[in-house]
Amino acid sequence: MAFYVVQFLTGLASAASLFLVASGLSIIFGVTRIVNFAHGAFYMIGAYIAFTLTERLSGAFGFWGSIVLAALAVALIGVLVEMVLLRRIYHAPELFQLLATFGLTLMVEDLVVLIWGPDDLVGRRAPGFRGAIDFFGQNVPSYDLFLIVLGPVVLGILWLLFQRTRWGVLVRAATQDRDMVAALGVNQKWLFTSVFAVGVFLAALGGALQIPRDAVHHAMDLRIIVEVFVVVVIGGLGSIVGAFVAAVLVSELNAFGILIFPKISIILVFLVMAAVLIVRPWGLFGKPEAAARKTPGLTVNPWRPLTSNERLAALAALVVAATLPLFAGNYALTVGSEIAIFVIFAVSLHFLMAVGGLASFGHAAYFGLGAYGIAFLAKMAGLPMIVCLLLGPLLGCMGAAVFGFFAVQLSGVYFAMLTLAFAQIVWSIAFQWVSVTGGDNGILGVWPSSWAASPSRFYWLSLGVAALVTIALRAMVFSPFGYALRATRDSLLRSEAIGIDAKRIQWTAFVIAGTTAGIGGALFAYLKGSVFPDNLGISLSVDALVMVLLGGVETVSGAVIGAIVYKALNIWLVSQTDLSKLVLGGFIVLIVVVFPKGIVGMLELLAQRRRKASPPGSSLLAKPIESAE
Amino acid sequence: MSVAPPLLAVEGLTKSYGGIHAVRGVSFSLRAGEILALIGPNGAGKSTCFDMLNGQNKPDTGHVRLLGEEITGRKPREVWRLGVGRTFQITATFATMTVRENVQVALISHGKQLFNLFGSAPKFDRAEAGRLLELVGMGGYADRPCGELAYGDLKRLELAVALANQPKLLLMDEPTAGMAPRERVDLMRLTAQIAREKSIGVLFTEHDMDVVFEHADRIIVLNRGTLIAEGSPAEVRGNPQVQAVYLGEGLVYDARHREGASV
Repeated sequence: MAFYVVQFLTGLASAASLFLVASGLSIIFGVTRIVNFAHGAFYMIGAYIAFTLTERLSGAFGFWGSIVLAALAVALIGVLVEMVLLRRIYHAPELFQLLATFGLTLMVEDLVVLIWGPDDLVGRRAPGFRGAIDFFGQNVPSYDLFLIVLGPVVLGILWLLFQRTRWGVLVRAATQDRDMVAALGVNQKWLFTSVFAVGVFLAALGGALQIPRDAVHHAMDLRIIVEVFVVVVIGGLGSIVGAFVAAVLVSELNAFGILIFPKISIILVFLVMAAVLIVRPWGLFGKPEAAARKTPGLTVNPWRPLTSNERLAALAALVVAATLPLFAGNYALTVGSEIAIFVIFAVSLHFLMAVGGLASFGHAAYFGLGAYGIAFLAKMAGLPMIVCLLLGPLLGCMGAAVFGFFAVQLSGVYFAMLTLAFAQIVWSIAFQWVSVTGGDNGILGVWPSSWAASPSRFYWLSLGVAALVTIALRAMVFSPFGYALRATRDSLLRSEAIGIDAKRIQWTAFVIAGTTAGIGGALFAYLKGSVFPDNLGISLSVDALVMVLLGGVETVSGAVIGAIVYKALNIWLVSQTDLSKLVLGGFIVLIVVVFPKGIVGMLELLAQRRRKASPPGSSLLAKPIESAE
Repeated sequence: MSVAPPLLAVEGLTKSYGGIHAVRGVSFSLRAGEILALIGPNGAGKSTCFDMLNGQNKPDTGHVRLLGEEITGRKPREVWRLGVGRTFQITATFATMTVRENVQVALISHGKQLFNLFGSAPKFDRAEAGRLLELVGMGGYADRPCGELAYGDLKRLELAVALANQPKLLLMDEPTAGMAPRERVDLMRLTAQIAREKSIGVLFTEHDMDVVFEHADRIIVLNRGTLIAEGSPAEVRGNPQVQAVYLGEGLVYDARHREGASV
């Protein structure tokens, strides 16, 4: 019995940090409507700075002073980020904001290693809380008890801050209607900045307070952000009480889940999250969102199928690409195959994101599932390659069917967070279930049959499949289903009013996109000859997002160009520098701020301007009012 | 059962939000081909009432029947399949698609081709889409992006979309709100003409009394959630209770409209 009580207390202690970070995320979202992906990064920097300071400043005062000082320093960094970056993108679509803050996260990961080194750092114990308290023969660290008390205290302080101060009233008002608050003469800029500072302070404090419990390392940002996303999805974005209750719930589920499913404890959290989402899609304490903002910007040029000339041009490009083995070496062909595979991946996400308006932040899950599907079939069942290629993607299809069903119940940022959480769950399973997946060691020796083994043949195979997939998905954009999907993206209200079951349409699109990604993953497994958990990791999901955005989310074929440019650049970059994350992160931020329409979008815009420069005889804008008569 | 059920029969519709009774025991009916106006001052419960008719909102109690069939609490998309089209107070259209594509989506849905993955949507019922657009006077705009239409044109497009499934009943929530005076008359004339030709029942809410008195066959008046009057335009205009409600709302507003309408 005592054992379970201690386990419960450990869960409560873990909840404290989680609550601090989640409440910060919630407060920032409430006012600025930005889901701050970089929140995990601020949490991590908080821990690192606190570590450095506690090493320098001695004594009890030095320790606790360092914790607070670290959080303040990170809050200052937060203010800088808000003023320099976020102010430029408050009016951009949510997706771009998420992506920009993700770019920041990537940069921070490399910077942290650059400054503090790649090794885990073990911090000092907290003065006054070094020992443990005996509880019926079980030890409870006294620092845990401190954290258990701290959680509710912070909740109380935040409550007072929001209910009893002028600033708190403004924040609550802005959470409800920020335009109205601005119209009432409140300096919105500083309100946003201060809110961001408070949110970041909470995240950094959460990180700093962890150092007596956990080692500081450079992957702690992603781990916490996924948990935080789960917490805010369960508790409801924008609700601080929700963040508290959900943080306790998730921490307890983790604490006891380890006892029930030692290997895959995260399953339990997932089941609870799924249950909550079915009953209350906006979270336990959240409010249903009034109207989801449109994810991609409005297309001024409606999409149209290719003209016959454009088809010829595309065919010509394909033929040129097919001649690559005639003059290129093996390395170039392998790179070519990889690019073709990533075209498949990018096109599948584009279908979901640009056509369906559903920005998945965990699309790699289905790519990776396809790869693992191949590994299972080829290694364990020993099936021939052609059968594997047909069946392997089905694993991606099944994963998409299960997760997609829950994901499409939500929209906008909730959808993005949920897909990310799902992908992380799949990753954890692949990582932890060593007996089946090989864990970190992956599954090796997945080689293509002899008919596809040579680099040139494999290149042709990849290119052919990529062409087929691109054509099929493009055809779907202009199919009745594609129209219906675009309709659900443009206006849920109107689609429902003309008999469209939006959720089923979106679910179908999710499964199509997931299966297609699985095809890419299947080829990828054969290309690399192995499968690793990284094949379904977050960074791969983000690669896909960047490819789509780089090409242009508002275009029909941008994803193809985006994939080619990005993948080529990426392969080159990794060969040139050790700080690829830093460069990549900076690159992402740059795209979002400077080229929000992507490469193809830019080209279209230029072409349009040229056309506008020589207008046709009748003006398009002057419109007759009497046409109804 | 000698008398055929009316096109739309509403019985004892009630909805409260917390302690506020938005709609209390509202009953009325509508015949095919009839144009019925639902009016009332702001906050009278018009929109709540309206939303409960096509399933946008669920009533606490009461019944909505379409040709005798119970449709209370059904989802909007199910109600649409039974032949109820609707337009919104603030237009809801597919902004990134062309005008024709907007209508085609409705036709695709009507033809149950929503899950057709490899057909050609641009060719789908193209002629029918063109015909519907001609009908509402939007024939020349078929290839224009919907996002760049003027508000009045969006309202007409919504009408074309609402007509795509050959509805028996049209629900129009403030069809002329935000339009220029000239456009209002045009749109309502067009609606009335289509309704009579195709024998479609039309229920609309409206603040512009000129529009209401000119085009409605019958008017029902809602105030504070209850129905206070029902009858022909002349009867409703002469009803002292209705006058009291509108006079209570604002002398200037009422005087202006009474003058304009009674000349």
